[in-house]
Amino acid sequence: MLGEGIVKGLAETARNFFGSYVEKDRLTTVQFPEERLPQAEAARVFPFLVYDTDDMEAGLRCVACKICEVECPPQCISIEKSTGKKPDFVGKPQFYPAKFEIDVSVCMSCQICVEVCPFEAIKMDTAFELSTDDRFGGLHWAKEQLSKPNEHYQKIHPTEAAEVDAERAEKKAKTAAAEAAKAAAEAAKAAAAKTETTETEGSAKQ
Amino acid sequence: MTQGLDQIFVTLQHWAVSHSPAAVQPAVSILLPVVGILIAFPALFAITTVLERKGLARIQNRYGPNRVGPFGLLQPMADAVKSLTKEDLVPRSADKLVHFLAPLLLVAAVFVEYAVVPVGRNMVLADMDCGVLFFFAAGAATEMSVFMAGWSSRNKYSLLGAMRAVAQMISYEAPLILSSIAVVMAAGSLSTVTIVEKQAGYSGFWPHWYVLTPWGLAGFVLFMIAATAESNRSPFDLPEGESEIIAGYLTEYSGFKFALFFLGEYLGMFAISALGITLFLGGWAAPFSFLTWVPSWIWFFGKLLVLIAVFIWVRGTLPRLRMDQLMNFAWKFMLPMTLMVIFSAGLWRFLPSGVLRWLICAAPIALLYVVLGRVLQTDRKIEKRVYRYAE
Repeated sequence: MLGEGIVKGLAETARNFFGSYVEKDRLTTVQFPEERLPQAEAARVFPFLVYDTDDMEAGLRCVACKICEVECPPQCISIEKSTGKKPDFVGKPQFYPAKFEIDVSVCMSCQICVEVCPFEAIKMDTAFELSTDDRFGGLHWAKEQLSKPNEHYQKIHPTEAAEVDAERAEKKAKTAAAEAAKAAAEAAKAAAAKTETTETEGSAKQ
Repeated sequence: MTQGLDQIFVTLQHWAVSHSPAAVQPAVSILLPVVGILIAFPALFAITTVLERKGLARIQNRYGPNRVGPFGLLQPMADAVKSLTKEDLVPRSADKLVHFLAPLLLVAAVFVEYAVVPVGRNMVLADMDCGVLFFFAAGAATEMSVFMAGWSSRNKYSLLGAMRAVAQMISYEAPLILSSIAVVMAAGSLSTVTIVEKQAGYSGFWPHWYVLTPWGLAGFVLFMIAATAESNRSPFDLPEGESEIIAGYLTEYSGFKFALFFLGEYLGMFAISALGITLFLGGWAAPFSFLTWVPSWIWFFGKLLVLIAVFIWVRGTLPRLRMDQLMNFAWKFMLPMTLMVIFSAGLWRFLPSGVLRWLICAAPIALLYVVLGRVLQTDRKIEKRVYRYAE
């Protein structure tokens, strides 16, 4: 029958029209600034620097080895090594970055810096609302803007952060154990040396 | 009280005229209704744009504009500011004068159409003896302006759009005018005011609208289909098909000229809906005798809003036609149907009233509808397409 399809179509659109006021399921729109979808755990935008403890300067994991600077394909990272050293999380004296800058207008979010870092110092952040009215300075982030506490990392990538924390705790324990063993060996050596000295002295007296 | 409210605009006009100096009284009495039309219908246009966007959005299960003002109702203001601040581009090789005149002519021609539309009791700018004829004559200028726009842009898409527009508008003008001829025959007058007055009576509480007769119903549906094509609206929006010819004759228009075209198109849609209301839906007459206390102009604008809603509904439902489908529909379906409507209206005039008259007048229209449906259907057999060179 001529026109049957038109009537069917009109009924369908009318059902959609009224249904969208009655059934909330029909409206799939997420009204963005007010409503947000949760981000995927593997979401990544731009890198940030992780630091432990509350002190940003002291707790920064980065040792200014410059591997990321070399590996970065668009070369958006620039690092300046410090002259002095500070102890890292296991107490070993290490260099630290006097200057660490990322030009996020150049960064392509490839995550290669994260993959190559042997110190778990640089990770990908998930913040994406980064618009600024200064397109040069505002997108050239310095160390202060880049550094975020480990708690932030644990919050945005919980699984990954737990692995890293476990690994680091193990390393720290191992180092501590090795140091303790070393100290014990040294102590034993010292004790043995002392005994030997006493013995030598004793024999000298004889 | 109801009488006063019904005639409030007429009273206001009389008051303003009587309080102005004698020298300017004729000018005031003519210009005041003009100002009224210039305010009322563009305001309706502003409301329609936002309601259309919201309605279409709801049909597609979206929210639609809801950011500017409460429920997004101030969106037209934002759109107006946007179109005013946009750059007004004129192509280097364009015919600059014609390019400039085209949107102006469209809006002017469409406003002229409103002169003969009775928006309420005693509320018509010019009660002409040839009102319907005048309306179509003024409406023909819109085709002119569309072609001017397409030709002067010197762009092949614009020209294609303009050619399509002219072909479509001329093709659909035939069924449009033929379906209104049935009403003119029944009313015995070309004056829009007389046509409305003929429909303003009641049998019991039932109105004497022409749409409530078999030929009137068919005529009204045909009229509205032709009106959709005349106002270049979906599914007949081939002249400005965005996906085919990048907005057709609007391609080279930007900023406020584009907004004028937009305004002209919507005003044209309102005007032709208003004529449809005048011819078939009893104009400003109330739908039931016990509702006559509601002011006549409220009925007119209420009916207009309903027709606009139908336009939006159809736009949200039907996909665009192909050019051959469009032409076949106009000449093979619409034209015979409107001729049968005229025949049926003639029968109606000479048969005594009763159920039998209803059946006798409805039968030829229904018969032709079924026959045309069958015959036209056999034309479009779907076969496997054969590619001569590709295989």
